[in-house]
Amino acid sequence: MKRFLEKAVKWLLTASGFVTSLVILLIIGFLFTEGAGLFREKVIEEGYVLAVHKDNPVKELTAAEIKAVFDEDITLWSELGGPDMEIVTFRLEDADEYFTEEELGAQYEYAAGKIDSLIAATPGMIAFIPESMVEEGAQLNLIEDNAISPAEVLGGSEWFPTATPAPLFGMWPLLAGTLWVSFFAILFALPFGISIAVYMAEVAPERVRNILKPVIELLNGIPSVVYGFFGLIIIVPLLQQVFGLPVGESGLAGSIVLAIMALPTIVTVAEDAMRNCPRALREASLALGASKWQTVSKVVIPSSMSGIASGVVLGIGRAIGETMAVLMVTGNAAVIPHSILEPLRTIPATIAAELGEAPAGGAHYQSLFLLGVILFFITFFINLCVEYISHRNKAKNS
Amino acid sequence: MEKIEARDVNFYYGAFHALKGISMEIPQNQVVAFIGPSGCGKSTFLRLFNRMNDLIPGTRLEGRILIDGQDIYGADVHVDELRKNVGMVFQRPNPFPKSIFDNVAYGLRVNGIKDKAYIRERVEESLRGAALWDEVKDKLGESAFALSGGQQQRLCIARAMAVSPSVLLMDEPASALDPISTAKVEELISELRSQVTIVIVTHNMQQAARVSDRTAFFYMGEMVEYDDTKTIFTNPHKEATQNYITGRFG
Amino acid sequence: MNTPVYPTGYHLRKRRSQAAAFTVFRVLSYFIVLVLFAILGFIIYKGAGVLSWDFLTKAPEDGMTAGGIFPAIVGTLLLMLGSAVVAFPIGIMSGIYMNEYASKGWVVRFIRLMTNNLSGVPSIVFGLFGMALFVKYLGFGDSILAGSLTLGLLSLPLVIRTTEEALKDIPAGIREGSLALGATKLQTIWKVVLPMGMPRIITGLILSLGRVSGETAPILFTCAAYFFPQLPASIFDQCMALPYHLYVISTSGTDIEAQQPIAYGTALVLIIIVLIINLLAGGLRKYFEKRLKIK
Repeated sequence: MKRFLEKAVKWLLTASGFVTSLVILLIIGFLFTEGAGLFREKVIEEGYVLAVHKDNPVKELTAAEIKAVFDEDITLWSELGGPDMEIVTFRLEDADEYFTEEELGAQYEYAAGKIDSLIAATPGMIAFIPESMVEEGAQLNLIEDNAISPAEVLGGSEWFPTATPAPLFGMWPLLAGTLWVSFFAILFALPFGISIAVYMAEVAPERVRNILKPVIELLNGIPSVVYGFFGLIIIVPLLQQVFGLPVGESGLAGSIVLAIMALPTIVTVAEDAMRNCPRALREASLALGASKWQTVSKVVIPSSMSGIASGVVLGIGRAIGETMAVLMVTGNAAVIPHSILEPLRTIPATIAAELGEAPAGGAHYQSLFLLGVILFFITFFINLCVEYISHRNKAKNS
Repeated sequence: MEKIEARDVNFYYGAFHALKGISMEIPQNQVVAFIGPSGCGKSTFLRLFNRMNDLIPGTRLEGRILIDGQDIYGADVHVDELRKNVGMVFQRPNPFPKSIFDNVAYGLRVNGIKDKAYIRERVEESLRGAALWDEVKDKLGESAFALSGGQQQRLCIARAMAVSPSVLLMDEPASALDPISTAKVEELISELRSQVTIVIVTHNMQQAARVSDRTAFFYMGEMVEYDDTKTIFTNPHKEATQNYITGRFG
Repeated sequence: MNTPVYPTGYHLRKRRSQAAAFTVFRVLSYFIVLVLFAILGFIIYKGAGVLSWDFLTKAPEDGMTAGGIFPAIVGTLLLMLGSAVVAFPIGIMSGIYMNEYASKGWVVRFIRLMTNNLSGVPSIVFGLFGMALFVKYLGFGDSILAGSLTLGLLSLPLVIRTTEEALKDIPAGIREGSLALGATKLQTIWKVVLPMGMPRIITGLILSLGRVSGETAPILFTCAAYFFPQLPASIFDQCMALPYHLYVISTSGTDIEAQQPIAYGTALVLIIIVLIINLLAGGLRKYFEKRLKIK
């Protein structure tokens, strides 16, 4: 009985030991399944088709081209490889302009035939209509509806997940936004973080350090929404005034908030690394007549470089993954930023802002999971870097 | 003139009275060994000569220590100037995680010497002085960690000598080394005595007997006896000294 | 001998550059402390006027422009409790496995790598994952159950790490002493190792609760309700939560003037929770340290 208990407990403990690994696998599995579904979706909204005149040689259009056509950024078929002819766009709701209510029927029961013949009669027309409206034997061509291509998603520069007839899932602006905000956040946090770490590890008297340390821990514990709220109330209006911006919500606001949030990570890890620098090295330097500052800058900091580096990389990871605070202060414009003073949007903020509105199982929903996959792998890669740095450091010290 | 002079030195770690009323004189260009059992205060006393104990919070010194007639704890003394003049070699080799060359050049650089040609010259000279030059001359750019323990310790001696101190403190410099490396370090000590005054703390009585001109025996924070090495080891005046050197305790 | 000639007065220059460098560090450090106190002070100043018994014990009213935040407080406490039920047993057992059972080799290295990676996974990814697995796949719907499971997994790495570190510092001799008396490994762990590690484990658990109390992104799609004034009746109900409430009120409010005080009050309550948790953890650590010393 006793031995059975020992065995059972051992198995139970072993099983719990692998829970984290299992969770990682499940995260990858679920995110991938949902995210990869995006590439099985068609470019054009489900249940709809794009119909053109039967003599129109254009057979295929990319999602970006479709959007440009319906936004009237492209107005000539010649721009799409077709004849030199003006494009006439048609959506179902435009039917009223061409036909009277009687012609369409109270239940739109005659609409299909009317619209089909309208397309047949208008050489330059492209019509976005439900599949069911294409009657058998109608004199028109359908634009081929391809699956969404990875190249357009990962390389695309426009994120319009709710556009019709063809939503655009170009993730580049979001990735760029994420990297911009994180880059500037680290740029701001780095001098402060390293300074505080040096001050705490080397300069501050024990008494001051005993105050600073809990303060930094507290900074780490404050929820991100509170930072976001503070940013929204103080930093955003401040930036708007100082730089004379139309809106204060901007990449810069996000960077500042993120910098404050990344600080504790950088400080704690870097300070630990410096405190762990062997006393013998410090004494060797001081015994040669070096000042304390020379000792710190020439011996302590170089020899704790890998620890400091892991702190910084961890801080970057935290900044890239941060959601709420960034969502609240960056203004959420999904465009490739030209300046840090403009509104932009990061990957986590996009997921948080849009998942609630995206119908489950649809292309938009899946695209957000794909963003999750990308985010997961960015941070996974960052963590591996940290492991590598600290592992190499351990090997060097032993 | 005496090189180092301690006058009625008392030293405390917090409430602990670590050194009790020690007075001694160390003549120029001699090797003086401090011996005694662990915890007797010999290392603590040594570390007073370059003010290394300043780094430990909660310590207190009474009495005076003079080097070349100047009180090294005086208000007008700059501690880094003092340490430039009083070099130190530690118990375990502690090279910096830098190249061999940069290790030796470190002391010159932090004390304001920028002339590269001179630094190179001085590095070579110091490594030759530490009998290490021939072993490392082809790999000066390599990490000091690539050297063996004995070589590392001689590198540390070269590093200390590069700034040309007039006093060299050695805190059990051979305790972490194998016998061959120990012999080399001891040989080095006898060669260096022409340039510097050496104070060496050692656990090893044979070592003290081999390398030193004078020996001081410490016990429980007091300096029990201080005399010519020969006298200490052949004809000590105090019973405690006698007991220690004959191995009855320690 | 080729004695070096040192530039005169160099030690003064050294001292000046040291003073300059250290001053910079000191000023930057104090600046950050100032920023922190500015954040705290501002929110306390603005929020203190809002805090009242009614604010803490009443449901929101008039389209969340009046009333209190009671359901959000209850929701956050329920989520903390729920995540603790998920994370504490698994995390502690996992930590015990890592330190006491797993052979030190690639297994431990692999698990540690995975645990570290999990702790670096952004909270929004946990939100996505929780939605896909608990809400949709397992069919729990938006519920306290789904939210607690998601938050539990999120705090798991922290629990594991604190347990592991607490046990690691217990000297091997103590285990050997118990084993030598004929105790089994399990008895040794249960009667000797765990009680000794408990103080530090508890401190870590409290800190992980603190983290859970402030998380928003993981519960956005698994649990949090925009407005749910009555208290949840079962774990399959949605609930309000303080951080989500603060987010909602401060970004998508309908009447900014009336809602801003509520936002300050909510932020202050969140900060108070974090403060209490940090003080509690720090106090416990000190208390246990003292007790151990006396022993």
